[in-house]
Amino acid sequence: MRREGSPFQGLGAVFAKELADNVSSVRMLVLEWLIVLTALAALYGAITNLRTTTAEDPFLLLRLFTLSSSPLPSFVAILGFLIPLMAIGLGFDSVNSEFNRRTLSRILAQPIYRDALLTGKFLAGLATLAVSLTALWLMVIGLGLIFLGVPPGTEEILRSLVFLVIAIFYAGVWLALAMLLSIVFRSPATAALVALGIWLFLTVLWPMLAPALAQIIAPPDPRYAALGLDTPDTGLWTQFLLRISPNDLFGEAMLAILSPTTRTLGAVFLDQLRGALMGAPLPLSESIMIAWPQTVGLIASTIVLFVAGYVVFQRQEVRA
Amino acid sequence: MSEEIHKEPTSASAATVISAEGLTKRYGNTNAVDNISFEIRKGEVFGLLGPNGAGKTTTILMMLGLTEISSGRIQVLGYDPARQPLQVKRRVGYLPDSVGFYDQLSAVENLSYTAKLMGLSLKERRFRIEQALKRVRLDDVAHKRVATFSRGMRQRLGLAEIIVKKAEIAILDEPTSGLDPQATLEFLDLIRELKAEGITVLLSSHLLDQVQRICDRVALFQSGRIVLMGSVAELSVQVLGAGFVVEVEAEGSGIAQRLATIPGVSSVERLTEDRFRMTAERDVRPDAARAVVAVNGSLRRLSVDEPSLEAIYARYFQGKQAGDVRHAA
Repeated sequence: MRREGSPFQGLGAVFAKELADNVSSVRMLVLEWLIVLTALAALYGAITNLRTTTAEDPFLLLRLFTLSSSPLPSFVAILGFLIPLMAIGLGFDSVNSEFNRRTLSRILAQPIYRDALLTGKFLAGLATLAVSLTALWLMVIGLGLIFLGVPPGTEEILRSLVFLVIAIFYAGVWLALAMLLSIVFRSPATAALVALGIWLFLTVLWPMLAPALAQIIAPPDPRYAALGLDTPDTGLWTQFLLRISPNDLFGEAMLAILSPTTRTLGAVFLDQLRGALMGAPLPLSESIMIAWPQTVGLIASTIVLFVAGYVVFQRQEVRA
Repeated sequence: MSEEIHKEPTSASAATVISAEGLTKRYGNTNAVDNISFEIRKGEVFGLLGPNGAGKTTTILMMLGLTEISSGRIQVLGYDPARQPLQVKRRVGYLPDSVGFYDQLSAVENLSYTAKLMGLSLKERRFRIEQALKRVRLDDVAHKRVATFSRGMRQRLGLAEIIVKKAEIAILDEPTSGLDPQATLEFLDLIRELKAEGITVLLSSHLLDQVQRICDRVALFQSGRIVLMGSVAELSVQVLGAGFVVEVEAEGSGIAQRLATIPGVSSVERLTEDRFRMTAERDVRPDAARAVVAVNGSLRRLSVDEPSLEAIYARYFQGKQAGDVRHAA
């Protein structure tokens, strides 16, 4: 059975309206301030640290992103933690609030398909996140210029741009998840709680659970333990399990992009070290190659979650 | 507003704008809408009546292609809503049951969002929205946030949306439920204006006297089926068996039996201790008065009712359980 007409009719109108709603909402303002303030604190730590310790570093600007001064985590770690919160805040009530306000049937009685509504909402959310992250990125570069006084090199700018793109996709995963939950649950409160539960589980509990699970699946070999080494199998399983969490994928990709000396994200093989100058930075293209699987993983999860939401939404009854 | 000029429907006769045949909607094992067929003609006001959950809203959603049809066939203006929903939705306006708007936006902003979804240009949007708000008398609150609107105003705003769309068919789901009497009257006037413009109006309701006031034809729904369909006059003959309902208020013993013996009276119903309702094929008031006097009763009131939808409805739906009460002395 084929339907007539374009599924994208009305997409622009939905996108513009949702973007305006997102940008002007109080909720967004609060989330933005939360992120800006914590990021500023992390940056301040990094800057004071950099001024006292680093004399010469070819990637001074990138250190701003990755350097942490206790008790504060690094800028990237804070983003890895807070981007999901922002995305969930934008998405958790995007569809169910239309049900509850009883606007859904009125909107769907206009000559558009449901596709346009859902896609428009998702793209508007993603655009909002992209705008906020870009603003944050500019803030970091600007502060770096002011306080470090060293103009960034081309490669640093390129690397930080790649960081920005990956961060947007990372936000996309959480936005798609939040929207899926907003379609499945009619009550925004339930959707928000479930989304926050998944977020806390994946960012806080999972890093602790994954090694434990890995030890159950592949018990540590006492011979390795006797030598004070980790069992390779257990290590591989730990990494495999950790990578289920988008948080881990984001962290790994960031490590490869923002620390140019990173040669591998998993176990190091001997042939990878052959002829390697230890501590020498890799070219950008090589770093991207290392971060590529993680990036693809983030993009794929975004698409899978969005499609799941799409399928559920298409089959849903519009009457409240 | 100018006269509508629309495309010749691809099939069905020009006078029929909506036709349904064997329309069925199943949820699991229950039939929400069970094998219904009807035709709606251009320019008429058609009422879908019935208790809540009888399948009225589901029928409406199937017309708009907003819910899938389990079996049967429906055509709206010659289009199939399941396959050509955009064509249907471009020409049909829908005011849902307790319609909602974006509270943080003004009336104009709400309308211009839906007008954008309709694909209207900026100039056209401005013009039509201004006109429509004037029509529903909301032009003085056009830039106020909808959060401050009363229910009646929201309903009128919903109607303005249909006017902006220049719809050929207006589908109104429970448009007057929850409105105060004044707002209801205003709203019914607006519906009449739509009809005067040649717009076909389909409305669902459980408020019978209002439906009776504006509907040309009605369809009575009961658990997913249309049990009765036609104009109010036709239905009253069909259900009440006669056109006259006489109410007698009188005190005395044996009045009911006496009334029942009057020639032409088909039934006598005892409403309270001293009130009786007779259904008859002619105006039996003089005979009723004589009957009361004959048993030494004191007659207080004697009235004749026009056939009302309420009586038809009550008779049809409650006839079965009320059967033992009627004819009781």
